[in-house]
Amino acid sequence: MSDVKIEGYELKPGFKGMATDTGSDQTMFKGVQWGKVMMWIFLLSDTFVFSCFLISYMKGRASTVVDWPNTSEVFSLHVNGIPVPLLLIAIMTFVLITSSGTMALAVKYGYEKNRKMCGWLILATAIGGLTFVGMQIFEWSKLIHEGVRPWENPFGAKQFGSYFFMITGFHGFHVSIGVIFLFIFARKVFKGDFDNGKRGFFTTMKSDYVAIEILGLYWHFVDLVWVFIFAFFYLW
Amino acid sequence: MSDEYNQQNTPLEAQSSETMSGSSGTPSKDIDYVRPAEIPEQDLYHGHSFITKWVFCQDAKVIGIQYFLTAVFTGIVGLILSWLMRLQLGYPDLVPFITAEHYYQFVTMHGMIMVVYFLTALFLGGFGNYLIPLMVGARDMVFPYVNMVSFWMFFIAVCVLMASFFVPGGPTGAGWTLYPPQAILPGTPGSNMGITLMLISLSLFVIGFTMGGLNYIITILQARTRGMTLMRMPLTIWGIFTATALAMLAFPALLVSCIMMTLDKMLGTSFFMPAILQAGEVLSYGGGSPVLFQHLFWFFGHPEVYIVALPAFGIVSDLISVHARKNIFGYRMMVWAIVGIGALSFFVWAHHMYVSGMNPWFGFFFATTTLIIAVPTALKVYNWIITLFRANIRMNTVMLFCLGFIVTFVNGGITGIFLGNVAVDIPLSDTYFVIAHFHMVMGIAPLMVIMGAVYHWFPLVTGRMLSEKLGKWHFWFTFLGAYSIYFPMHYLGFIGVPRRYYEMYDSPYVTSATGMNEFITVAALIVGFSQLIFIYNIVTSLKIGKPAGKNPWKANSLEWLTPDVPPTHGNWGEKLPVVHRWPYDFNVPGAKEDYITQTTPPSEVINAEVEKT
Repeated sequence: MSDVKIEGYELKPGFKGMATDTGSDQTMFKGVQWGKVMMWIFLLSDTFVFSCFLISYMKGRASTVVDWPNTSEVFSLHVNGIPVPLLLIAIMTFVLITSSGTMALAVKYGYEKNRKMCGWLILATAIGGLTFVGMQIFEWSKLIHEGVRPWENPFGAKQFGSYFFMITGFHGFHVSIGVIFLFIFARKVFKGDFDNGKRGFFTTMKSDYVAIEILGLYWHFVDLVWVFIFAFFYLW
Repeated sequence: MSDEYNQQNTPLEAQSSETMSGSSGTPSKDIDYVRPAEIPEQDLYHGHSFITKWVFCQDAKVIGIQYFLTAVFTGIVGLILSWLMRLQLGYPDLVPFITAEHYYQFVTMHGMIMVVYFLTALFLGGFGNYLIPLMVGARDMVFPYVNMVSFWMFFIAVCVLMASFFVPGGPTGAGWTLYPPQAILPGTPGSNMGITLMLISLSLFVIGFTMGGLNYIITILQARTRGMTLMRMPLTIWGIFTATALAMLAFPALLVSCIMMTLDKMLGTSFFMPAILQAGEVLSYGGGSPVLFQHLFWFFGHPEVYIVALPAFGIVSDLISVHARKNIFGYRMMVWAIVGIGALSFFVWAHHMYVSGMNPWFGFFFATTTLIIAVPTALKVYNWIITLFRANIRMNTVMLFCLGFIVTFVNGGITGIFLGNVAVDIPLSDTYFVIAHFHMVMGIAPLMVIMGAVYHWFPLVTGRMLSEKLGKWHFWFTFLGAYSIYFPMHYLGFIGVPRRYYEMYDSPYVTSATGMNEFITVAALIVGFSQLIFIYNIVTSLKIGKPAGKNPWKANSLEWLTPDVPPTHGNWGEKLPVVHRWPYDFNVPGAKEDYITQTTPPSEVINAEVEKT
């Protein structure tokens, strides 16, 4: 957003610019739409939610009386009878990170008013997210078949099941919400709602391409959280 | 959808400085210059039917009133619960239906209602919604629709909470801290439906509050009017802003602990549950950590104290300044103290857990950070007192409540220093001293501010003044009564009367405590009933109160400067206000009147020695 121009106001670079913007009237983040600031602050709050979950997980894992299961065995996938650790997770992570890339491109094409590319890329992102959720369901059902439950775990500490299902479930819920919105947005883009500023059904506010960037922020955040969950659950 | 305000598509450049300089005649472009608007006019949805105007309304002012009334309703429920508790403590077994189980349920619900559903919702949802857009010069909150959903989430949360009174087993009796494992095990009242509904209600509250909180923060950061810098905002806004920021970072811990405990309850997970024997049988729980819940809860719980206190600090600063006709002493100091208290409040939570068996070095750390908070807090108290020093004080109801606030707050603050020290806290923890402390500091003190604020802003909201005569009766009953409730409790704590006990039975201190308990109960009943004066005052003043007119207190801040009183949807009519100064220019030497409003351009007050703000 370096090309922001504000009448009667000089934008300065660096720390000095930040201080001047903070001390100025009207807005603190110059040229940044309300919705975008809202998403950033919401994500900060959501970061605290996930931090609380992950710190609780660390505490739970550190203080449990029964040994934690060996994660490279529990999460391994059998290919031709050979257990390959982390195979499924590697694919899931790859899909999710790739979908972040397509999302970033969708934002770019959105601002360029390239409706077709933008719509297809959002659709690709949504399908990536859906694939991720699908693979997560596969992983859950595999673990449930093996006897892991939120309240018990045949491989060791019962907290493993509790924290695993709760935290991946909470993250999967975030991804699912994102996927729903991605599909809605893809439809809106193809219909041209963002070009002609159609008013929202609930909010009665005009649609704008910045909404795609806001959804993108959320989507990148969900990916970033996954990286942490991946590190703490599967690599630790 | 009406485009009433959008039709003037060119945003505000037309409003040149000459039109603002009014009668002075001399074109004074230089000193009155405020740079043009950088944000386009806000698109607002104007309701047309009763439902969109008063029920599912997107106007922040109506939402504020909705929040206020809902919070007051729950607060009255909390007040009645406290009466029932006091009746049992003062006159054991006088009321037959107060059994031990019911007593614990009353304690729990009273605590939770007062802290979360009453004070938090009232300050941030009520005052925040009403005052933020008006005080920063915005047309409305930045996301009116989300704001409306926020209130209805809160409303559902209250309904779920109230529903827990009517489910089998009644509401939870675990104490407002809901400590596991006892909160979800049989033997604790309401350990089935009660605790589940409480946890669901809290989660809904957090979700609803997050929606509101995003609105408050972004309206303050991104939707201020021309000329309104952060350092020209009234301290009310600073208090609400910082408290909202705290809430956005502290409520996640509550949400997480609620989710985890709900799972412990419903699915039988063992996040917080160690191996437990019950009636000789081993339960299926095992390996969890009850102390983890305490950490999560208090990581929310301590900032929560400041979520309640900081808006009170902000509001009382403005009330004192207006009614003492003097600028607030050390405005910037006050701002930094609010921000500093807010930041520090995240590093003190374990002072609620000194007796949880934690490492003594932890206690050392948390005692130190706790006592450091006393520095900015004391600074604020000094600034209020110095503001009053040699001021032109109007001794009206609002000012009386402000003075009441200072007294009760200092009292509660000093006992806080006792309790912040580990060595003093250990003998005093879980006694009535603790009850006295937190009721003084976050019960009575913020309530004094709320009442003062109602007397102050009632003319703005309704266009009519409240009765001063009834107001003074109300103040003296409330202040003296509340003092006679909580001051003796310090003594009860010193002699070791434990809190949360249903009855004292034949304890050695019972003889000296009985009379005092009776006295406290009588005082509590009187204070509770004296609130009827307040309610009567409000209800009758709505009809027969003296018409207030514009700016009855001669205040400077923007909320009094709207074209219509009470302000209508969109707040500012055709043009947004332009701000030239802070809201504290009272009794400026050389000025014609004893106040200079925020919108008065410098060319109109050329001879006044105003501070540059």
